[in-house]
Amino acid sequence: MATRRGDTLLFAKPPTIAAFGAVGGKKEGEGPLAAGFDLLFEDNSLQQDTWEKAETTLQRHCLELTLQKAQLTLDKVSLVLAGDLQNQCTASGYDLRGLDVPFAGLYGACSTMAEGLGLAACLASAGLVDRALALTSSHFCAAERQFRTPLEYGGKRTPTAQWTATAAGCCLVQPVGNGPFVRAVTFGRVRDYGVTDINNMGAAMAPAAANTILQYLRDTGARPGQFDAIYTGDLGLVGTRLLHELLSAEGIELTNHADCGLLLFDQKTQQVQAGGSGAGCSAAVLCAHILPELRAGRLRRVLFLSTGALMSQTTFLQKESIPGIAHLVELAGHDPLEEETA
Amino acid sequence: MKTDPKEYSALVQKASPPSPVWKDCLWAFFVGGCICLVGEALRQAYAAWGFTLTDAGAMTSATLVAISAVLTALGWYQKLAAKAGAGTLVPITGFANAVVSPAIEFRCEGLVTGVGAKMFLIAGPVIVYGMLASVVWGVIWYLIRPFVG
Repeated sequence: MATRRGDTLLFAKPPTIAAFGAVGGKKEGEGPLAAGFDLLFEDNSLQQDTWEKAETTLQRHCLELTLQKAQLTLDKVSLVLAGDLQNQCTASGYDLRGLDVPFAGLYGACSTMAEGLGLAACLASAGLVDRALALTSSHFCAAERQFRTPLEYGGKRTPTAQWTATAAGCCLVQPVGNGPFVRAVTFGRVRDYGVTDINNMGAAMAPAAANTILQYLRDTGARPGQFDAIYTGDLGLVGTRLLHELLSAEGIELTNHADCGLLLFDQKTQQVQAGGSGAGCSAAVLCAHILPELRAGRLRRVLFLSTGALMSQTTFLQKESIPGIAHLVELAGHDPLEEETA
Repeated sequence: MKTDPKEYSALVQKASPPSPVWKDCLWAFFVGGCICLVGEALRQAYAAWGFTLTDAGAMTSATLVAISAVLTALGWYQKLAAKAGAGTLVPITGFANAVVSPAIEFRCEGLVTGVGAKMFLIAGPVIVYGMLASVVWGVIWYLIRPFVG
């Protein structure tokens, strides 16, 4: 069972991530984390006639791969928690329409992976699911079309803009197993510091990330130095600078921080401006890099945050500022109870 | 948190890298200039083939629009524009790109509701306000013309 301390849920018997899968597109395959992906596509259309169908297919591959790695069939899964960036969460809905399994659709923009993983851990810890899948995706072309301009339109990207990842990540969460383990979850609070620039999402999300980290540290009494790494979802270059500034003002210096948006792509050679973003960005980095490192024992204990900008094209055009959200999941390679008894 | 939204706004300004204005300007100047040079060469060529100057001008615009449409469809115009910025946006080729790119993008939503309805998604405001500006200037010109000859 879990106990609640402030906004943080602590699992006495931490649920385990029994299997995970990461799928990516062409640019992700040219990035520094390429070797960690289970499947990479050269052609981002995935032989589909629309970008939306391509994302659905991407997500489907990720789900099937994860089950394959766990040597499971879908009937052993109690619930799928899935989300994406498309209007009305259609990439997930259309993926799951072909599968006979309970499905709860989530929308937390780019924060969806930590949200889904956190919820799956809660349900697994309470014994309400035997196995749950947390799954998210994003597709550069589908997102560009929805949030910005047509792909072939000759626009210039600002240095603060971020590149939506064409990627998906999936985690199979179950009450017991050999790890990696979900030790705690902090669901974030919405923070809006008045940023209106749709090409500066990192700036819009950094206060939410800072707030959730502070909340977790207050709730648990932990110090940032106790973790091997603190990962944020997709703050990019600008958001990372701002996160450090905001936490510095609170007396916290982050020395072990890394941002998934800066890990997924090589900023110098890949022309992604301020870094990667999208619901698939943190999901893919989690499943292609962080979880494998935890499993291999190269990382022992980390904080993983996914950060989301909760605006739409409509609210942006209506000159609304951009609310941000960040959810946090504490992950460990080994069960702390076993470590203590050993 | 200790930082309030007003202080945060100043932090955002400081943390956000500015656009490389000089580099952007040089790209825009030379690429835009090249497009205009191609246009002038075409106009001279049409004139040399015996078209009147007015017709040669219209033919030049039509040719540039056609070239831009083809380059947009090939995905090359966007690649050039990513560096050239206003250099590819301002000439008539930029206008063609703004019309053709949504037409390609929204083809999957049907010929009427996709291509037809969304073709002028970006260029629409240019037409609306361009026409409005020409009407306003027409009225002003009508009023001042007796005085300026």
